Formats: sequence, structure tokens, C-alpha cells
Amino acid sequence: MTSGNQVSPNTQTQAPAHFQESPTDSILRFEHVTIRFDEETALDDVSFNVLRGQTRIILGAAGSGKSVLLKAATGLVPVASGNVFLFDRQTTNLPEDEMYAVRSQVGMAFQESALFDSMTIAQNVAYPLLNQPSIKSKPDEARAKVKEALNFVELGQTLDKYPSELSGGMRRRAAIARAVVTKPPLLLYDSPTAGLDPITAHTIMQLIIKERDVDATTALVVTHRYQDGSLVANFRYNSQNESLEPSRQSDSTRFMVMREGKLIFEGDQDQLEASKDPYIGKFVKHAG
Amino acid sequence: MALQEFYLLFGRALRNVVRTPHYWDDVLIQMDTIGVGSLWITAMTGFFSGAVMALQMGHALAQYGQTGRTGQVVSIILVRELGPALTALMVAGRNSSGIASELGSMKVTEQIDAMRALGTDPIQKLVTPRMIATAAMLPALTVIADLIGMFGGFIVGYFIYALQPREYWSTTWKALDWADVAEGLVKPFIFSFVISLVGCYYGLRTSGGTQGVGRATTQAVVTSSVLIFVLTFFITKFFVSQSPQ
Repeated sequence: MTSGNQVSPNTQTQAPAHFQESPTDSILRFEHVTIRFDEETALDDVSFNVLRGQTRIILGAAGSGKSVLLKAATGLVPVASGNVFLFDRQTTNLPEDEMYAVRSQVGMAFQESALFDSMTIAQNVAYPLLNQPSIKSKPDEARAKVKEALNFVELGQTLDKYPSELSGGMRRRAAIARAVVTKPPLLLYDSPTAGLDPITAHTIMQLIIKERDVDATTALVVTHRYQDGSLVANFRYNSQNESLEPSRQSDSTRFMVMREGKLIFEGDQDQLEASKDPYIGKFVKHAG
Repeated sequence: MALQEFYLLFGRALRNVVRTPHYWDDVLIQMDTIGVGSLWITAMTGFFSGAVMALQMGHALAQYGQTGRTGQVVSIILVRELGPALTALMVAGRNSSGIASELGSMKVTEQIDAMRALGTDPIQKLVTPRMIATAAMLPALTVIADLIGMFGGFIVGYFIYALQPREYWSTTWKALDWADVAEGLVKPFIFSFVISLVGCYYGLRTSGGTQGVGRATTQAVVTSSVLIFVLTFFITKFFVSQSPQ
């Protein structure tokens, strides 16, 4: 792993001054996590610590382990070695029944939306409210929260539509609504802008920034587009005029770069842009 | 390894029958899909298998002057063997493949992962309802196929071999005893687990995108069909060994 400049593999990055670690500030921590699928190593000795209020932008080429990292965070894939801590609780290979309570504090938007085809958008968004064992809202409460979440992503008119009736961008927004409807303190976005046109991608990123600033959530955003991370790092949501405005978020926005299962960079935007690593440079230069 | 995973799936699906939450809505939906949806093909299969059997048996028995026993032979073979096996094969072709492709598509589009991330055990939500629904509907479909098959045999007996209705139906009913009925119900009940769980098993382990879904669907149909024949032999052997000489 490198932090801005090249450092030895196991060196932890220093957090910014107001994000100095304390056990209670740690939202998600990986300690030397390795994940294998058959003979293939998907994550190789990955360590990092996400603090409360931070947004992590995870860059990397296809197959570099970004999505696996998010799934490992929520216990959706088994860890071969190392430890994962969610909200300071060790979740490594925790039994599935016990993971449900932990997962209720995490919202996840999957790469291809992963909306349930057989359910309407309203039923999809209500799903975590009605099925998370530690939440189990009443139907009336759930209905109100679903409307609120869909209005948040500006899809209030799609309650009774099925996922197949929506465009790709609308499905991503519905997936974000499903992820945020329980107001979880941690949000994981897996390639939220992949395959979308620039305008729709911008809308999605605007929603992610809005969610960060309105509900003060911690987030991990997997992407292969540097401009997504740059937007998060340099803009904030103005709720009065309901738009983004320039505001440097360098303390709370950190970048991570994955390569072949390894975490090769962790640092802020300036450090990322100053990196001499040709692999890292590809992401930054492509954006320029 | 695959067998171990299959047994694990079977064990967890079975355990979920007595564990909450129960998804009864999903059970009813699956009963409709598997049971009502398969009614037409099982009825057609039953009718024509009964008719063909009556045609062949009537012809063979005529050589011994025993055409009147056509109903007896048709009912025994249908209830003991052909009814359960053919109905199970039809339902396997229609539903084991359907289950594998549905769950396989959910797997490759991360809906299964999403379900787990949103607090639901996919086995409880997807596998157990399909298992319960198939176990409830397959014996019922088999009984319907048997009855329609007997009717098919009657049509052939009446119009081709000039059998009297009373003659046909009385030999048909008298030929059956409780052991035949038990065999005819135990078989579809056991086959139902094969059909539902093989479909779920291949669906849940799908990988490799749409190509993987196609592969899972084919494997589900082939495996469940072969298992139905293998199990037919062993269950029949068991019942034969239990019956008095």
C-alpha cells in the first residue's frame, strides 16, 4: 500500500487531524484481509480503517477486487485470513444469522442495482424496512419512509412501476433509495455510475453527495471514474438551492486504489494526483 | 463436494420449515406456478400414456382372450409406475428448469447477495417455499394424471376394444389395493424434493452470466430426470420386497 508517496506495505496511513482514530470513530476496519475464490486471490492482505464521516473513493481497474472488498465488508463473501471490523465489532466469518443485525446498519447499492424483478419499486425500497430482523417497520411507517426515500432520489412517481420499466439511471437511483431508506450510518456504493451517460452519472454522484451532507453518513464509493471521486472531494450539497457548490472536502474524502487484489494507495486527492505510480496516474490522467 | 453442498442445502431448507419467518405468500405463489401451471401438461401426459397403454395391452391381451383385463393392467402400471414417473418428469422439465433459471438469473444479477444484505436468508425466502409447494402439488398432480390416464385407457377400451364401461371401471378399481396407492403417493412426494432442490441447487451456484444460467438450467433438468429414474427403481424395489409373494 502507498500513502501519497510510496510506503512499506503494512504502514497505516495517518488520518487527518480531526479524524484521529479512537475505537468509537472506526466504522469499518480491515486488518490484513485476504479473500480467495478457489485458487484465485481476490483480496490480498488488505488493511485500512474508515472513520466516522469519511467518504472513501475506491478506484481500480476491472477485476482489481473493489467489489469483493465491499462484499467482504458486509460478510457476503467469506474471509480466508485477516479480520473485518464493522462498528468496532469483529464480523469475520460471523454466522449468517448474527450478520443480519450488523448488516441492518449498512446500506448497499449494488453494481447492477440488484432490484428484485418481481417486486414494484415501492416493494423493493420497502424490503429492508419490512425484512431486516432488527428493523421490522409497520406497513404504514414503511410506506411513509419509502415515499420519503423515493422523493429523495426524485423517483416519487415510480412507486408502482417494476424495475424493468425504468431506465438504467432510474434503477440506480431506486437502488440508492433502497440503500438509504433505513438511514444506515454506513453506505456502500458499488460502481454507481458504471455504464451511465455523463449527465445521469453526475445526477447519481449528486445524490451520493446529498446523502453524505444531509444525513452525515460514512460511505465507500467504488468507481473506475476519477471524476466521481473528484466531485465528492470538491463539492458539497447546498440544501437551500438544492444543488452542488464548490467546497473542498479533502479532510473527509480519502482515495484508495486497488490493483490485482492489493491496496496500493491510500491518501487524499492531492497525494493521489502527485503520485508517480503509472497505474495510479492512468486514473487521474484519464480524468484530465 | 457437490453432494455435500446439496445435502447442506436440503438440511437448511428442511430446518427452515419449522423456523420463522415463514413466507406463506411465496408458498402460495409457487403452488400456483408449479401446481396449477403444470396441470395442463400433466393432464395431457396422463391421458395419452393411459390411452397408449390401453392400446398396447388390449392388443396383447386379446391374444389370450383377456381384453376385459385392460383396465386392470392400465390402472396398476399407471398408479404404481408411469403416473408418478411421467408426471415428475414433466414437472422437472417445466419447474426444475424454471427454478434454476430464475434463481440463476437472481444470482448473476446480485439479487441473492442483495437479499442477504437486506436481512433475508435466501434459502428461507426462495428454497423452502419452492420445496413445500412442490411437495404439496406433485402428489396431487400425480393423482390427477393417474385418473386422467385411466380415462384415456377407457376411451381406447370403449371405442377400439368395445369394452363396457362397467367392465372397464370395475376391473380398474378392483386391481388397486392400498399398497399401490401408497407407492403412487410416496414416489411423487420423494420426487418433489429432487425437482425443487436440484433446481434451487443449480440456480444458487450459477456463475458466468447468462451462459451460466443456461448451463444451470440444463444441468437441473438432466440431473433431476436421471435421479427420478434411479429413485423409481429403488422405491419400486422397496415396495416389491414388502409385498406378499
